[in-house]
Amino acid sequence: MAEEKVSRRDFLLYAMGGWAAVGLGGVLYAMYKTWEPLPEVKAAGVVKFDLSKVKPGQMKVVQWRGKPVFVLRLTPEMKKCSNRVIKGEYVVVLGICTHLGCIPNWEPDRQIFKCPCHGGEYDACGVNTFGPPPRPLDIPPFKIEGNTIVLGEAGPEYEKMMKG
Amino acid sequence: MEKKGGFMGWLDKRLAVDSLWKVMMSEYYLPKNINFLWSFGVLTMLVFVILVISGIFVLMYYKPDSHMAFDSVNKTIMMDVAYGWVFRHTHAVAASIMFLVLFVHMGRGIYYGSYKAPREVVWVTGFILFVLMAATAFTGYLLPWGQMSYWAAQTITTLFSKIPFIGPDLVIWIRGNYIVEDATLTRFFALHVTLLPALILVFTAVHLYAVRIVGSNNEDGIPMTKEEKKEKGIPFWPVFMSKEYFVMSVFLLFFFFLVFFNYNFAMDPINFQPADYLQTPPHIYPEWYFLAFYEVLRGFFFSEALGLIAFVLSMFIPLFLPWLDTSPYPYVSGKHRPMFKVIWWIFVADFVALTILGKLPPTGLFAWIGFVTSIIYFIFFIALPIIAAIEKKKVATGGGR
Ligand code: HEM
Ligand code: FES
Repeated sequence: MAEEKVSRRDFLLYAMGGWAAVGLGGVLYAMYKTWEPLPEVKAAGVVKFDLSKVKPGQMKVVQWRGKPVFVLRLTPEMKKCSNRVIKGEYVVVLGICTHLGCIPNWEPDRQIFKCPCHGGEYDACGVNTFGPPPRPLDIPPFKIEGNTIVLGEAGPEYEKMMKG
Repeated sequence: MEKKGGFMGWLDKRLAVDSLWKVMMSEYYLPKNINFLWSFGVLTMLVFVILVISGIFVLMYYKPDSHMAFDSVNKTIMMDVAYGWVFRHTHAVAASIMFLVLFVHMGRGIYYGSYKAPREVVWVTGFILFVLMAATAFTGYLLPWGQMSYWAAQTITTLFSKIPFIGPDLVIWIRGNYIVEDATLTRFFALHVTLLPALILVFTAVHLYAVRIVGSNNEDGIPMTKEEKKEKGIPFWPVFMSKEYFVMSVFLLFFFFLVFFNYNFAMDPINFQPADYLQTPPHIYPEWYFLAFYEVLRGFFFSEALGLIAFVLSMFIPLFLPWLDTSPYPYVSGKHRPMFKVIWWIFVADFVALTILGKLPPTGLFAWIGFVTSIIYFIFFIALPIIAAIEKKKVATGGGR
């Protein structure tokens, strides 16, 4: 008899404990979800930009998902880096230092991007050449429509660049 | 408190306030061989009270919205609200001085071996308080939404993106956006004014209770029972506190001197420019109290991963002191440990050096000095178990007295 009593108690304990765990899990999940980006933030993602507005040697900044995208038009004299250049003369990179996320500045006379935070440097193609940045500047997903670049959508040129 | 009856008698029957008072105040005895460094615990409580009071007053006009935050602080509170600037200066200076007081309080604990058995719980709760205070200061620093606020939050949250596998998603989750934005500001605000101060209160209570159970340490690290202390020592209330009032008044003179005449160190000029998502200020650095840890991060300039690991380690390694160094009496207090004294003063000098380097540009020679000073920081923690082992041997062979 005594045995049965204990096991019934155990059963109730496990049932209640399990039920409480489900409740707690649900609460934690809901809390976790509240911190995710809002739908409007996730949706605002596609920006169009007319590349021909940039003169050779010039650097323009386009804002995309709150982040700066650098559009640099190389002059014929400037070093080419075929696997990172769009339409043969444009470098389009995310202007977020791959070290700790500061925004590098374009220094036209030295033709480098220099990060003000910890002194990282990138060449005109956005490849890291000095300091703490661990990898080149990222290339945002893009699609080419004539002279217009669409940021936030991956087109065939982007796919090819990512594979190469 | 002796006579029963009246209101206190009535309350005592219902809340046992008498026993509580005895445990916490009138029958908590301190040894006589302590010095003014033992005042810093009560000073941290004083600074916390100042933070809460000044915080509540700036809170009445502060607006946690990325479009309004900057003006609500720099225009409304600083210019429009009568005496608003006093409360803001007080809050900012108190946050900064809190860390000065905390570093002294922790340094006292390390030098006199107060983290050792039986005070491990005191040490661990104290360490948690330090982490909570750092989190409170970090979340609070974003609130004025100036350039320094913004880029400090941007870089420190980016650190989380370096965690393998989950990092990139984690950082978006923490920010609630792809960059530090309105969602980040509002959630930091919520943590800064509710959860974190509440946790600080809870852990302060446990910290104080734990000190009363195991008793205070002393300059010489002599283990004393409560009875011995009762005979030779002084009660916390009213004797110790009457001395404490003097320390507090001197401290407050210094504190309000800073608030009124020298507040710039706590309010960076760059932070008086509104946050610009697209322009990092030319030279960014954390507040002075994080500079040493920040320099450890930068010190390993040749490897990002090493720097990050060292950074996290440098902040959390003091938590393990009670287990790194277990040498018994007479080798409890640094006062009687010649080998410890050497590495301790090297450690203190190194911490100061790291703090200074943290604000200098990390190039050329500075990069190498930063590397060496980062290594020295860890040598202290590596040397401790070795020194403790030598001392234990001495005790076992009957030496040391
Ligand atoms: C527990 C320790 C606390 C620390 C270390 C701390 C730290 C800070 C720091 C560093 C700032 C930025 C200061 C500035 O640039 O003006 C700040 C701002 C602020 N804090 Fe605190 N704080 C603490 C407690 C509190 C409490 C308890 C409240 C309110 C209940 C509070 C409310 C605020 C508000 C509203 C601001 C923004 C206004 C401003 O920047 O002047 N804080 N805090
Ligand atoms: S964030 Fe650019 S070098 Fe560190």
